[in-house]
Amino acid sequence: MATERIPLVAYLVLEPEPHLVTQQCDRCGARFFDRRNACGSCGARSFTPVPVAVTGHLRAFSIVHRAAPSVTVPFVSAIVEAGDGTTVRANLVEVPPDPAEIQLGMAVRLVTYPAGTDSEGTECIAFGFAPANT
Amino acid sequence: MSDSVWILGTSMTRFTRHKGRDLVDLAAEAALGALDDGGVTVHDLDVLACGTLFSANASVGQQLLGQIGQTGISIYNVANACATGATAVRVALMAIRSGEASMALALGVEKMGKMGLLGSPPRAPKGATPYEPSGRFGSVRSVDGLLGTKTMPGVFGQAGMRYAHDNPGVGFDQFARIAHKNHLHSTLNPLAQYRKEFSLEEVKASPMVAYPNTLLMCCPTGDGAAAAVLVSEERLRSLPAEQRRRAVKISASVLTSDPYVEGGQVQPDVNTLTRNAADTAYEQAGVGPEDLDLVELHDCFASAELIHYDNLRLCEPGGAGDFIDSGAPYRDGATPVNVSGGLISKGHPIGATGVANIYEIATHLRGEAGDRQIPDARVGLAHVIGLGSSCGVHILERAAA
Repeated sequence: MATERIPLVAYLVLEPEPHLVTQQCDRCGARFFDRRNACGSCGARSFTPVPVAVTGHLRAFSIVHRAAPSVTVPFVSAIVEAGDGTTVRANLVEVPPDPAEIQLGMAVRLVTYPAGTDSEGTECIAFGFAPANT
Repeated sequence: MSDSVWILGTSMTRFTRHKGRDLVDLAAEAALGALDDGGVTVHDLDVLACGTLFSANASVGQQLLGQIGQTGISIYNVANACATGATAVRVALMAIRSGEASMALALGVEKMGKMGLLGSPPRAPKGATPYEPSGRFGSVRSVDGLLGTKTMPGVFGQAGMRYAHDNPGVGFDQFARIAHKNHLHSTLNPLAQYRKEFSLEEVKASPMVAYPNTLLMCCPTGDGAAAAVLVSEERLRSLPAEQRRRAVKISASVLTSDPYVEGGQVQPDVNTLTRNAADTAYEQAGVGPEDLDLVELHDCFASAELIHYDNLRLCEPGGAGDFIDSGAPYRDGATPVNVSGGLISKGHPIGATGVANIYEIATHLRGEAGDRQIPDARVGLAHVIGLGSSCGVHILERAAA
């Protein structure tokens, strides 16, 4: 039997192809990744799930060397602007944690990878961004 | 302006790790110092606004008056992240502006000790128990270190790198130079937590915390308190000439929160609310950035100071890299920034910071800053930002007479 999988966060959709989904405000179009009470931009109360582009470019990054004891360092924290303008935060992966190897503005694509297994054997799937040309 | 509010007295403790002294000891030193400096007593106060963050539920204002004078006045205990101190000043000022008070004490105090890294969530990764989505993002385990970082050095590192993305000529060297400047400045400030000069090379070679911020580009945790006695113009007029002469005018007092921007949920936008606060403050005060003789701004990290040059309009749009490269924000430059040493070297006991910045500006405007005095300072700006976010901006002016 195939291993059960669960996304790290509810806004990561694994099937048929991994992608993120936002709650888009029906009035002003603002996009949010969290459970909403109302729109933080215009106050409207209805939303539609909308998929986010899986490619984009690197707007900002930090190479984190100090974190909570449970966090593996160093890692590259990235702010990505997806092709449709949605801002996403995730790790930059498949790149050495070295500023000389990371170019602001570089093209990136969404990737997924396993990030732990629970007591029932269910695998947690996380997402990150990798250079688009790899 | 007839409803102007003035600073009558101000004081701060040294910022350091005060072993053996508690929160109330520090608050009392700053409060009594500010009252003495203003030539008044606790019996003259109508209101106390007491800012502290990590002890926000401890009625610190009441504990303070329990030690220095229980006069039964209104006490407002406030907490607003790193803008806590500025919020206390605003509460005191609003009490006076409303007409309910004519003299108020604004106080900020914090005892952090060696608290370490802020912003790192305590939730440990799950593994033993079955995964179950929880919280607003439906996460099954801690996302810290998987979906980027929420630690402060990283968040502000990203804010600086985003500016670098948009503005060529900004990079590691510019951020490092800011830390060099602030450590250098602090050598003249006896109240600073650190008073040691570091070369640019030492700043760059110190251990990396979150690129581009090395350890010497990050503010420390620490303990301290600062206080200011605020007074209405009408009551100031009733006081002796010597007290009036040293009074400092609050020409602008503004507190903003972050308006909606795309992506603000993902990476805090510390720019828009700072720009909004600065623009409103300049309008209130009727002065422009070119009129400022000194600025104390919120350099929690070197990467933060750089972007606030632009946000506070101290440089041309996009020109923050050139601004630091030109030497303008050094104490002998065109617009001295953080001559106290800033948060990076003076220290950042969170609740105290927003009042301590006002102490620093007021002390220069009075010509009482000793070795670090900026000559003939007449107008200064104090800025803080608390992530979450709140931004406080105050513009102070020397008494005309």
